[in-house]
Amino acid sequence: MDIVVENLTKSYGTQKAVNNISFKVKTGEVLGFLGPNGAGKSTTMRAITTFLNPDEGDIYVGNYSIKTDADKIKKSIGYLPENNPLYEDMPVIDYLRFVAEIHEIPRADIEDKMINVIATCGLEKEKHKKIGELSKGYKQRVGLAQALIHSPEVLILDEPTVGLDPNQIKEIRELIKKIGRQKTVILSSHILAEVEATCDRILIINKGKIVADGKTEDLRKQTQGKQLLKVRIPDANMNEAFEALRAIDGVVLVDITDKEQRIFEVQGDHEKDLPRAVFETCVKNNWVITQLTPVETKLEDIFMKLTSG
Amino acid sequence: MKQVWNIAKRELSAYFDSLMAYILLILFLGFSGFFTWIYGSDIFYIKQATLVPFFNIAFWTLFFFIPALTMRMLSEENRSGTLELLLTKPVSNWQVVMGKFTASLLLIAIALLLTLPYAITISAIGNLDAGQAFSGYFALLLFSAMYISIGLFTSSFTKNQIVSYLMALFIGVFFQIIFGMLSMNAYGFAGRLLDYLSVATHFQSMTRGVIDSRDLIFFLGVSFIGLVLTEAMLIKKRFA
Repeated sequence: MDIVVENLTKSYGTQKAVNNISFKVKTGEVLGFLGPNGAGKSTTMRAITTFLNPDEGDIYVGNYSIKTDADKIKKSIGYLPENNPLYEDMPVIDYLRFVAEIHEIPRADIEDKMINVIATCGLEKEKHKKIGELSKGYKQRVGLAQALIHSPEVLILDEPTVGLDPNQIKEIRELIKKIGRQKTVILSSHILAEVEATCDRILIINKGKIVADGKTEDLRKQTQGKQLLKVRIPDANMNEAFEALRAIDGVVLVDITDKEQRIFEVQGDHEKDLPRAVFETCVKNNWVITQLTPVETKLEDIFMKLTSG
Repeated sequence: MKQVWNIAKRELSAYFDSLMAYILLILFLGFSGFFTWIYGSDIFYIKQATLVPFFNIAFWTLFFFIPALTMRMLSEENRSGTLELLLTKPVSNWQVVMGKFTASLLLIAIALLLTLPYAITISAIGNLDAGQAFSGYFALLLFSAMYISIGLFTSSFTKNQIVSYLMALFIGVFFQIIFGMLSMNAYGFAGRLLDYLSVATHFQSMTRGVIDSRDLIFFLGVSFIGLVLTEAMLIKKRFA
C-alpha cells in the first residue's frame, strides 16, 4: 500500500507542528523520518495512523483517505507509538491475544499468528511475564509484536530502537529490513546511523517542513558537490607544497590544517580524479605522502547543515 | 458488539489482575451485609421480610465505590499513552467507551449477584415480595450504570485518577442529594425539574416495586449523556 501525504498541516494552539508537508511512500520502501526533537515527526505519524486529525490536507493509505475511511486504514496499519505505551499489568501473551482479537483475526488463526510473532520478536522466554516486569528492550519487542501481529501492510514505527542495547538494535534493524521488503514502512529517528542502516529513503524534517528528501546516496551527493582530501606531506616546504597543490587542475581550495604536521585539506571538483592528481604532483616533487584520506561528507553534516539556524 | 466485548474482557481481567475487583467485592459485601443484618435500621430492627434496608445501604456504598472502579479506566490510558494505541486499532471511540462501561457494569452485576443469598435468606424467614426485590435490583443496576457513565466521563479528561475520582463524586453528589434538597424549597417547574433530577426520587419508587417509564428514562438518559460526553472527549483528542 502506498502512502500519500498531501499538504498536511497541523497546529497545536498557535504553534505549527507540521506545516504543509507532502510526500509519498511506495510499497516495499522503508522511509526514514529524520529530524531534531520537536520537528513534527510524531505529529505526522499520528496523522497517518488516524490518531490526529489534520487541520489541512489529507492523507491516503492505499486508496483510502484518513478523513472518510479511517476504519479501513486502521486495519492495515501496525503502529508503534513514541515511548511504546503498553498495558503494564498484563502478561505478554494475554496482551498479544487482546491485540489479535481487536484486529478481528479469526479465532482459528490467532494461535498461529501469536506463535509467529512471538518467535519473530524473540519473546519465547518472556511471554508469560507481566509486561511491567520486562526490561526496556523486551518491552520494545512487545511493542513491535503488537504492531506486527495482524501482518499489516503498513508499519509506522516511532523511534523503534530507543533504549535498546547495540545487539538488540541490530536485530530490530534487520527485522525492519526484512519486513520492509514487502511492506511500506515509515520509521522515525533522530539517530542518523539508524536511518542510514535501515532505510532506502530519507526524509529530513525541521520545524514542520521537509528540508530534504531522497535516497541516502543522492542526499550525500546533493550536499557534497565537492570532494575533500586530507593530505600529509611531512618533507615538503609549506609554501612550495601549498602552491603545488593549488596548481593542480580542478583544485578549488587548499587549506593548511596543521603546520607542524604539514597536513593540507584539498577541495576539488567531483569530476576530476583528485587523489591521483595529488599523488602525481607529489611524486614529481619527490615528496613522500604519509596520509591521503578522502573526507566523506557524512550524513551528520548534511543533517546539521539542513536543520541548524 | 464483538469489539465491545473484546475491550470489556480486557478491562475485567485488569480488574481481577489488579485485585481491584476482589477489594470492591469484599468491601461491598461487608458493608452492605453489616448494615442489612447487624447494625442500624437492619432487617431485624424493622421486622419486615424486605430487601429495602439492603437497597438503601447499596445506594450509598455504590455511590462511593463506583467512581473508584471507573477512575482509572481512561485516565490511566491517557497518562501512559495506551489510549493512542487503542484508538489506532480498528475500534471506534464508541466501542471503546461501551467496552469499558460494560466491564464496570458487569463487575457491579457480579457484586449484586453475590448478594442473592440475602434475598434467599429473607424469603426463608418471611414472605419476600419477589416483584419488589426484582425491581430493587433492577434499580441498583440502572443506578450503577448512571454513575459508571459519569465516572467514565470524569476519567476521560484527566491523567490523574484522584482527580477523576473526586470529580465523579462532585458531579454525583448533585444527583445523589443536592438536587433533592433544593427541590424541597423550590416550587413550580423548577421544583419539579429538580425533583426529577434527584436520584433518590427514582430509586425509592423503584425499590418500592414500581417500575415507571419516567424512572427508566431518567437513569438511561443520564447514562447515555455521560457516555456520549465521554466519547466526545475521545473525539476531541483527534483535534487537539
